[in-house]
Amino acid sequence: MRPPAWLRTFALVGLAVLVLPLAGMLTRVHWSTLGEDLVAPSTVTALWLSLLTAFCSTIACLVLGFPLALLIARASSRTAAVLRAAVMVPLVLPPMVGGLALLSLLGRSGVIGKPVFEATGFSLPYTTAGVVVAQTFVAMPFLVITLEGVLRTSGQGHERVAASLGASRWRVLTRVTLPLVTPGLVAGTVLAFARAMGEFGATALFAGNSEGVTRTMPLAIYTAYNGVGVSQDSALALSLLLLVSAVVIVAGLRSWREEAVR
Amino acid sequence: MSLSTTARLRSAGALLAVSAFALAGCSGSGSSDSAASDSGDGSTKTITIFAAASLQGPLDTVAEDFTKAHPEYEVKPIVYDGSQALATQAIDGADVDVLAFASEKSLEPVTEAGITDDSKIFATNTLEIAVAPGNPKGIKTFEDLTTSGVSVVTCASEVPCGQATDKIEDATGVTLKPVSEETNVTSVVNRVAEGEADAGLVYTTDVTAAGDKLEGVDFPESDEAVNKYPVAVSTTSKDPEGAQAFEDYLLSDDGQKVLDEAGFGAP
Repeated sequence: MRPPAWLRTFALVGLAVLVLPLAGMLTRVHWSTLGEDLVAPSTVTALWLSLLTAFCSTIACLVLGFPLALLIARASSRTAAVLRAAVMVPLVLPPMVGGLALLSLLGRSGVIGKPVFEATGFSLPYTTAGVVVAQTFVAMPFLVITLEGVLRTSGQGHERVAASLGASRWRVLTRVTLPLVTPGLVAGTVLAFARAMGEFGATALFAGNSEGVTRTMPLAIYTAYNGVGVSQDSALALSLLLLVSAVVIVAGLRSWREEAVR
Repeated sequence: MSLSTTARLRSAGALLAVSAFALAGCSGSGSSDSAASDSGDGSTKTITIFAAASLQGPLDTVAEDFTKAHPEYEVKPIVYDGSQALATQAIDGADVDVLAFASEKSLEPVTEAGITDDSKIFATNTLEIAVAPGNPKGIKTFEDLTTSGVSVVTCASEVPCGQATDKIEDATGVTLKPVSEETNVTSVVNRVAEGEADAGLVYTTDVTAAGDKLEGVDFPESDEAVNKYPVAVSTTSKDPEGAQAFEDYLLSDDGQKVLDEAGFGAP
């Protein structure tokens, strides 16, 4: 059934709220210097660092997030509610707060960070590993929540049948559970990767801002934007690059889904 | 049909009204109170001041002292922000009588727009090395910042404090390898104060303002990058006499003493 006609007005306004600002950004981009800005060494460094760290944190999200999602999906409803809430908190929290929290735990004067630093002289802030930790912290909830939903809806029927036919737990997991939830797993992974690519707040506070080490694309954009003149143009060029990659990711996800449905 | 149409229209209208209210509620803050306080009774004249964020503290004291010395004037709560942001507001037509900025460069566009013509330097600020209390790493010179095992935080080259840092690096031939380049000086202060870095390059006044949390290490090369703070009376001021009186007070011995205590240098 079609929704009431007047709702369409709201829908259009909603769409405009989402799309128009990004279209507006395009009018500000200096197309003549765009090429130069995009191949500038600092841009390439930031983009490479973003891809590398987002890739690593997505792997971390998968390795830790899949078991966590499985745990929540198979827990009793009360336990699951508590666990789900715990996973949701970093998702709704401003990332800046996440950065502060990470610092107070893992920073040089943090609860765990301090003894580690005193014993080994190593501390996570200002390292690329620190960026990965910050990104994992903000991105993992996306994977866990998406995957947990799919695991719950797919149910345990097939798994029980497989087990009753003598399949081992490992075999059930790899041959039954995983194939059943692959669409959710892919969607969650892409979301987590995109979130990690865009991570700013927690990285800025926890990992710092040093070119080639912790200055990912969002930090490069913010740093460039804080300058004047030419510097702000390159902030726009970098933003455009992130926008295009976001569109590519979303489009890629869509075509993959369509293929899966077929 | 007519009934359902009216009902539909009514609910659509209600939704529209609700969202209009929500929008109005979200955007309509702050505009009403300034209008109310503007209408003085004539006995006291109000002065509006735009000042660089780094002046917060000492300039409040100067304003308080000024109104004690000149009870005929009243200073509205000073608007503190980055000089760049304040310049934009002044050019866009904000009501302002006195502008006190952190660099001559940031006042230039305001002068070009014809809002100020004559400015005077009322204070200077230089960079200092901020370290943890007791200076655990024993940092004495600018070159000590390159010692291995000393983590240094600076401002990014894009922002004024980072430009000052670059100038000093050029003058000394010492290249720092900061573990992080922050987009504002406050972040540098916080990283050192919280023990996440061993040293940071900040303004002398930041070290003074941080109290016991930081210790400052002065170095002679800091003279290579002196930030000059200009003050100017707005040409659009409704009370140029009062604005001029404030500027004069800021430049007087009484005003200068307050700035000196906060760590600012003499003009």
